[in-house]
Amino acid sequence: MALSKVKGTLERVLDKNLQDLVRGIRNHKENETKYVAECLDEIKNELRQENVAVKAIAVNKLTYLQMLGYDISWAAFNVIEVMSSPKFTFKRIGYLSASQSFHEGTDVLMLTTNMIRKDLGSQNLYDAGVALNGLSCFITADLARDLANDIMTLMTSTKPYLRKKAVLIMYKVFLQFPEALRPAFPRLKEKLEDPDPGVQSAAVNVICELARKNPRNYLALAPLFFKLMTSSTNNWVLIKIIKLFGALTPLEPRLGKKLIEPLTNLIHSTSAMSLLYECINTVIAVLISVSTGIPNHTASIQLCVQKLRILIEDSDQNLKYLGLLAMSKILQTHPKSVQTHKDLILQCLDDKDESIRFRALDLLYGMVSKKNLMEIVKKLMVHMDKAEGTNYRDELLAKIIEICSQSNYQYVTNFEWYVSVLVELTRMEGTRHGRLIAAQMLDVAIRVQAIRPFAVAQMAVLLENAHVLSNNSQRNGICEVLYAAAWLCGEFPDHLTDPKGVLEAMLKPKITLLPGHIQSVYVQNIIKLYANIIKRAEGQNGLAGVREVGEMLQEKLPIFIQSADLEVQERACCMVQLVKYVLKSQDKDGDTAAAIAEELAALFAGDLNPVAPKAQKKVPVPEGLDLDAWINDPPSESSEDEDRPVGSSIFVTKDNNEGSFYHEAAKAKVPDMTPEERTKAKEQRRVDQAHNPNYLKGDVKKSASNTSADGNLGNSVVELDLSIPLRVPGLSSSDQYMKMEQSLRTKKAGKKKRKKRKKGGNDESDEEEDIPQIHQVSTVEEVPEGAEAMSDKEEDGGDERYKKLDIDLDEPLRPGEILPVRTHRIVPDHKLPEPEEEPKEKKKHKKKEKESKKDKKKSRDSRKEEREKRKRKKQSIPGEADEPSLLKEDHEEIAGDNTPLSSPRDKDMPSGGATATNSTDKMNDYEFWMSSTDAQSPSHSEPQGKPTTEVKVTPVQDITSGDEAKVDTTAHSKKKKKEKKERREKKEKKSKKSKLKAGDYEEAGGITTPSQEVVDPSQLETPVTAKPMSSYRLLAENASIKMMYETRVSPQRGDQLILSVVFTNLTPHLVNNLEFNVMDTLNTKLSRGMGQASHDAVQVPFVLPAGLSNEGQFAFSVDSLVQPTKLRGTLTYMVKMAEGSTHEKVDFRLTFNCSSFMSALPCKSSEFASLLSSGDLTEKSTMKCTPLENSFDVSLLRICFYNHFKVVEKVEGSASLYGRSIQGHHLCLLVKYNNGEITVDGKSAEGALLSNVLADIKTVLTSDVL
Amino acid sequence: MIKAILVFNNHGKPRLSRFYQYYPEDMQQQIVRETFHLVSKRDDNVCNFLEGGTLIGGSDFKIIYRHYATLYFVFCVDSSESELGILDLIQVFVETLDKCFENVCELDLIFHVDKVHYILAELVMGGMVLETNMTEIITRIEEQNKLEKSEAGIAAAPARAVSALKEMNIPQKVKDMKLPDLPSIGNLKF
Repeated sequence: MALSKVKGTLERVLDKNLQDLVRGIRNHKENETKYVAECLDEIKNELRQENVAVKAIAVNKLTYLQMLGYDISWAAFNVIEVMSSPKFTFKRIGYLSASQSFHEGTDVLMLTTNMIRKDLGSQNLYDAGVALNGLSCFITADLARDLANDIMTLMTSTKPYLRKKAVLIMYKVFLQFPEALRPAFPRLKEKLEDPDPGVQSAAVNVICELARKNPRNYLALAPLFFKLMTSSTNNWVLIKIIKLFGALTPLEPRLGKKLIEPLTNLIHSTSAMSLLYECINTVIAVLISVSTGIPNHTASIQLCVQKLRILIEDSDQNLKYLGLLAMSKILQTHPKSVQTHKDLILQCLDDKDESIRFRALDLLYGMVSKKNLMEIVKKLMVHMDKAEGTNYRDELLAKIIEICSQSNYQYVTNFEWYVSVLVELTRMEGTRHGRLIAAQMLDVAIRVQAIRPFAVAQMAVLLENAHVLSNNSQRNGICEVLYAAAWLCGEFPDHLTDPKGVLEAMLKPKITLLPGHIQSVYVQNIIKLYANIIKRAEGQNGLAGVREVGEMLQEKLPIFIQSADLEVQERACCMVQLVKYVLKSQDKDGDTAAAIAEELAALFAGDLNPVAPKAQKKVPVPEGLDLDAWINDPPSESSEDEDRPVGSSIFVTKDNNEGSFYHEAAKAKVPDMTPEERTKAKEQRRVDQAHNPNYLKGDVKKSASNTSADGNLGNSVVELDLSIPLRVPGLSSSDQYMKMEQSLRTKKAGKKKRKKRKKGGNDESDEEEDIPQIHQVSTVEEVPEGAEAMSDKEEDGGDERYKKLDIDLDEPLRPGEILPVRTHRIVPDHKLPEPEEEPKEKKKHKKKEKESKKDKKKSRDSRKEEREKRKRKKQSIPGEADEPSLLKEDHEEIAGDNTPLSSPRDKDMPSGGATATNSTDKMNDYEFWMSSTDAQSPSHSEPQGKPTTEVKVTPVQDITSGDEAKVDTTAHSKKKKKEKKERREKKEKKSKKSKLKAGDYEEAGGITTPSQEVVDPSQLETPVTAKPMSSYRLLAENASIKMMYETRVSPQRGDQLILSVVFTNLTPHLVNNLEFNVMDTLNTKLSRGMGQASHDAVQVPFVLPAGLSNEGQFAFSVDSLVQPTKLRGTLTYMVKMAEGSTHEKVDFRLTFNCSSFMSALPCKSSEFASLLSSGDLTEKSTMKCTPLENSFDVSLLRICFYNHFKVVEKVEGSASLYGRSIQGHHLCLLVKYNNGEITVDGKSAEGALLSNVLADIKTVLTSDVL
Repeated sequence: MIKAILVFNNHGKPRLSRFYQYYPEDMQQQIVRETFHLVSKRDDNVCNFLEGGTLIGGSDFKIIYRHYATLYFVFCVDSSESELGILDLIQVFVETLDKCFENVCELDLIFHVDKVHYILAELVMGGMVLETNMTEIITRIEEQNKLEKSEAGIAAAPARAVSALKEMNIPQKVKDMKLPDLPSIGNLKF
């Protein structure tokens, strides 16, 4: 009753909720799919309703279905609807669903920006928390860019809960939007010392993640972390820090020395195993990085190994596992210390836990020595027999081979033993490592020449027992071994005792079941064997047996001709013809028959050397060859279908090359047989077969009977040595060697012991070296010519994402580097929104408009290009940084309602200048901190310290505009210094106020200084008397666009030059898509945006409406400035006309003469005099010219203005001028005026620069147009 | 970084899946299956670490798991995480669940997977460990529950009544998964 009432009034509560859905699914186990389909229909209905509560329940159910594997991306928009609900309950459901199902490809994500921003700024702590949480899962590059600033604000929230989350999510922001890292880093660093342990832990977490990918940039934080490590009690934080140190120590050995002591203390004191383990790990990392520097490092290693032994012996399997893991790290550098625990590790091989066995196996690799190799391998082989599960067995097999083959078979003393081991390994069932074994066999037999006879004999046995191996003909199965066997027997047939027997074994019909690439090797090597048999017979003049063999070939080879594998078929055809030809020539007696053997042998003459694995890569590309260019027109798609399957890989491709070579040779020699000849040959063969006892028994024959049968054939195989028993592959053979070795060793050891007792030494290594390697391993590898010159660089497949985060954090923050702030997105009118996006777009606009009212003051232009441009433009000058408002961009505000340019604004990080000095200080701190342990370090820290002092002492030339220009410079700089100080003190406070303050700036800046620019210092004090001077010069001009340029430098940045270009649109149309590009030279490079290649063009971040001009700045990095630089460049742009747009370009030549790098710094006459008398200025140069202007004052003015000098002293008719290049070269000039002629005497330390500058001055004075 | 957190039962039925890197749904299912396959064949007395499967991660990744009664809690992490630390985190997670659900059992996870997600969100955020202090976590969760209740207010009363009625349909809420005394790993404890 009650139920029905409730049902009537509140229908919705009876809708299925999550619990009902789960229950339903559990009740419909048999037809779950059908039930879920029904539920999905219901959910779709619910989502269509207006009620958010209903929608939320539906979304909640969808989240559950997502876990079961149902795609719910279709409901993404509904999820967003639920997310945007004002109620926390629903919001949380929405965000959960979003975090489970959204990803970078979810297109509706772009609708969420403002909603998330609202949630982040919400009064409700948990709204923001939930939003942060969700965002951490589905953040995209766009979201990261747009929300970075809001998250930064949350980092200073009063609530630790939010601070913690905000700090943590910054990592995700950095990943998506690397540009945020530098501006955000100072605050992140602050959080390392946050009073709340959770926030602190989060900050440590983030920095550790960052440092793990690019440790170098975080070295400067080491002192701070060190402090944390010694003070913190939170094990989570400690573990992270210690892990971080582990990543840092390889880069800075001094750090390692400092760490050892506290870490050792921690190892002794801590009770937490996790911390202990991480400490040991880091100590190991330290020891690896400073393997010799520490006097008592053996003690540290002993401590580590000891502790690890305790871990390994622990009953807790986890500790055992980790102990072994850490042990393997020690093994790399200190194998001796680990080898003492061999017993323990071998014991672990018997552990029931696979993970532990694997770890123990890893360790074995380093434990082997010449002495114990056989023993260890034996043990592994026993394990392999016992092991269940092919996976582990395969692992063991691979390990055996790895152990034995390491560093060119360093530990293998007896290769007969090793070959026997390999042969034994072939008996392992179901392995996937057939190819590996085959490669080893080939490698050993080729490199160890002495082993060839033995190896070939073993291979012959393998071939005869091929039926055992070929059972498993799956790819990469054990049958691959036959490949090696066949090739070896064919290549070195001289070592075969019974080539004919082998030949017969190779012709068994079962061979056709093998994979194609093995068959083709068979075919090839059958002929090699045949050639060898003929050769041998020739020597003994016994052609009868040879003939039989030939006929047998002629009979059996055709089975290969029928092969489905083209390669096999082709080779077989050739070979059959070749055999026919040989038989024919043998019919003719006399010289021809004798000659044929040699000819045949000549086909296969020559040794094959191993080729270095990277040889192919190292072949230098010949000059003028472009590998990417098409030789012919690209083929149509369809031809790709014929490509070989990928699986046949290496072996086959190798064969192809070989094969084709042989084929050509063979084809050239073998003439076609006429039908008559063929029938004749057939008959002949039949006759021969009748007389040949071999053919009666055919392929059933075993090797033993073979030898006797061959014996009957007479002299062809007389040298057969029957006393050598044919080896049957079996365990006994390798054991045999082991026993032999052991007995040998005990004898030796006995002798040794006697000796040793006398000496009293117990050097194990001595003994090891005494074990002789029986066979010599050849390490010759073929490498192409010219390969030496090329570096052995490994290709680094690192994640692109992390590379982008490789950002120098010590460099002071540039004023332009700020986080983008929220803005009204303006859709440029020439970019018509796509029709299907329209409704969404509308909605967005509505929302945004609403918000923009609220945030009008804060609305800023954050377009990416804009920001990038600013970054390039204003490279940091500490002095400038203090006055952000003066650095305003010189955007001429463009009137016109559809231009996307809103007034640029600067919301500088309040700590612009302060951080600059701060971080230099920090750097010094770091050096100092590091050096405190080091005696030699003062020399280290000194050069580091210098720049800072210099920055402070140098009177900073004011960069001001207009009326401020006359302010006394020194007074001003003092004032500024004071300001700087205050700033640093107030930094903390200010960062909180930053938002408000920035807002103020913005308005003021926007209105009063729309077109301010960085005025060149030299301009300031020059009263304009003569005709107006402008340093803007024409760069290029065509019918539609004109470019004027000027160069600017700042004395603080010795490696940078700013090129300011005024673009003027001469057309009556809109010009957009301006792209500026310059061909870099070695010396001068255009700074491009992050991640751009050196030939990418730089996007000019504005469009030019008809007839207007705008200025763009480009930074160049400059190495040396003593020579003028000429650059060529191109500007491309689109002219948008009514009938369509055209793409145009204009080329230009850019000259940076040496004067461009001068800066006019004030110099007192006393300083000037002391500079001249110091003797540093060794170079002198003189220039004479007749200036155009007939006035000394005007000429001086021109020199000062264009060449960036400053008048030190001026008397009648002469003046002394001073200038300094941005790289600190002093230039002193004495200018004399006499009867309309000007003489300039210059002194400098840099002769080339001086003469170039003088040449510039001459140009300035004598030419009218610049 | 933690790449994924999975909870499934002894039969491989997923009870919670939380991926911190995007995989399409079918891939997620495959990862769950593969992980279950790897984990389930291991004895209880072997170590709790597994080198990463082929699907998730690679050589840098490890699977760290714990088995409680009918449930496996599996974390897939990279080398920046401490193995023993993660084991502890799993412990914290389970203990928190135990507190929040009052004697947690598999059924709780089955029917309240959303709540489990909310709890997990207080421990791990975006693949990084957010908080390990259990009191702090529980405070946060309770505050959020309170907030939820206050929002529901009177309107929720009938709903609660109905859900109570629905609950009555289940004869007894069998708590088939009694969490045993959590194995003490005293020495691992922070």
